[in-house]
Amino acid sequence: MSEDIVLKATDLTKHYGGVHALEGANFELRKGEHVAIMGDNGAGKSTFVRQITGVEQRTRGTVVFDGTEVNFSGPIEARESGIETVFQTLALADHLDVPDNLFLGREKTKWNWLGPFRFLDYKAMRQDTLAALEKTGVKIPNIHNTIEKMSGGQRQCVAIARTASFHSKLTIMDEPTAALGVQETEQVENIIRQLKAQGEPLILVSHNMRQVFDLADRIVVFRRGRICANLDIKTGDYTGEDVVSYITGAKTGAEYEGAA
Amino acid sequence: MSDTSHGTGGLTFDKTKKSWPSELNVLLALIIIIVIFEFLGQVLPYMNDQSFLFDTKDRFDSIFNEARLKIIILQVAIIGIIALGVSQVIITGGIDLSSGPLVAATAMIAMSFGQTELVNGFANPKALFGPWAMDLPVVVPVVIGLSFGAFIGAINGTFVSYFKIPPFIATLGMFLICRGIALWWSSGNPISFPTAQFQAIGGGMMPVFWFLSLAVIFHIIMRYTVYGKHTYAIGSNEEAARMSGINVKRHKIMVYMIAAMLAAFAGIVLSAKASTAQAGMGEFYELFAIAMAVIGGISLSGGRGSIIGTVLGAMVLGVIRSGFTYIKLDGSYQLMAMGGIIIAAVILDQYRQRNKV
Repeated sequence: MSEDIVLKATDLTKHYGGVHALEGANFELRKGEHVAIMGDNGAGKSTFVRQITGVEQRTRGTVVFDGTEVNFSGPIEARESGIETVFQTLALADHLDVPDNLFLGREKTKWNWLGPFRFLDYKAMRQDTLAALEKTGVKIPNIHNTIEKMSGGQRQCVAIARTASFHSKLTIMDEPTAALGVQETEQVENIIRQLKAQGEPLILVSHNMRQVFDLADRIVVFRRGRICANLDIKTGDYTGEDVVSYITGAKTGAEYEGAA
Repeated sequence: MSDTSHGTGGLTFDKTKKSWPSELNVLLALIIIIVIFEFLGQVLPYMNDQSFLFDTKDRFDSIFNEARLKIIILQVAIIGIIALGVSQVIITGGIDLSSGPLVAATAMIAMSFGQTELVNGFANPKALFGPWAMDLPVVVPVVIGLSFGAFIGAINGTFVSYFKIPPFIATLGMFLICRGIALWWSSGNPISFPTAQFQAIGGGMMPVFWFLSLAVIFHIIMRYTVYGKHTYAIGSNEEAARMSGINVKRHKIMVYMIAAMLAAFAGIVLSAKASTAQAGMGEFYELFAIAMAVIGGISLSGGRGSIIGTVLGAMVLGVIRSGFTYIKLDGSYQLMAMGGIIIAAVILDQYRQRNKV
């Protein structure tokens, strides 16, 4: 297998009882590549993400991540091996502030001999939080406000800044801007561009055609549980209409004939 | 790389607006209650212009009525120790109803290893075990008592986190089990005549010393350590805590263990103070401890509150209890008033939740 492949899924399949939510998906992601996943509701996008991040256990197929075959028993294991995911439902603690959330579960500490009662290094975490927000271009006026007092966009930005501030081998974002306003969407997109500039690979699930053409190198289209197109939009000459016809089933990629 | 400096999306709140800490509300309530009792002391015809908290006699040593202040805090100190633990459980979004009976069971068990052999030259009439268990160093009953608490807490925590039993049910079961253990341990007989060392644990103002020292320690732990942060995180959003890599199950077991050990310690202090252990001890303690936490601003839905709040909540209960005695109203009125105040505290908490203040 080629050295620069970060993630390779082969024949990835998920059945919920009799429902074939995902059927025989073959997927590759190269180093530094940003791939968008598109498709109608129920086409299998989120199911695909859930199999890779270990939120659910696949019915069939193999996943090779970073050169080794992986079988994550849960999202924590996936995170520990370097896959950071921003889920549709935000994983933030409402009563805690921004540094607390950024460092939740991996706090900077001192006096570590105290075990579970080791002290938090608030100062270091505050500085790193400011640096991380600066780097990602996210503006939060007072990082010591609790999350519950923030707007949806600010919450999303904190969640994404959290993901981006830890150098992961792969970042997955499931519709990160679905509930955001124009300016907030722009902030999130800036973070994604930042990741691109740093050479960090990304899987972006999105319905937003403009955003996908702006940000992604490649679009993978799902339809009725199968991948039906793999479009290299940086080199190939594709338009939004092409993508829509793949999504709706008017067209199917040559290599996927007979699949869906 | 696009320019990000103009991106100011969604900045709708005013950063100069400082949030009002809920502890200040409790402090305010405490002051208002004191003022009310002070006022009643002046206007009620049978009170002879006594003051509630101030020393009105012509002396120079103090402006406060120190005797009453001591009683106020001494009365709540032992239940306050329990409240420090139950606060942590409530912050994780749980509840611990087993602490009152655990106080009794621990008192019985610890005292049975803390008895003295000779009482006024005669054999201890309440001796539970033979001479081997008499006049042991004080560390023995304390360690046995705390270990028993840790064991009960571990069971509570295991049922809550691994068997997914609602905390209310799991600790309600443990409530009955502990009361049963307390009765079974000495077949219902009181255990008395502890060693002087054991007695010293609860002598004089020692309960207040333990309460305030433990309050300071747990304030620091909850505010400045990883344990505290994870406790708040679990109560705030358990799913997020799990996704962040926090071992939620193990952490919850630890919280229930610490709470139970604090209740067990309260049992040791109580039996030392009373110089006896009886199976009926600690009645309603679990409810008063929860009341202190709730009045102190610990939210029953988890994630919110502080140890300082709980200490203030304990003071509110102490002042009310002492104040009712001061204006010569009996215990039945105290219970009714406390019940009303607990309900008011929960209503205030829900109001805060809705308005996110």
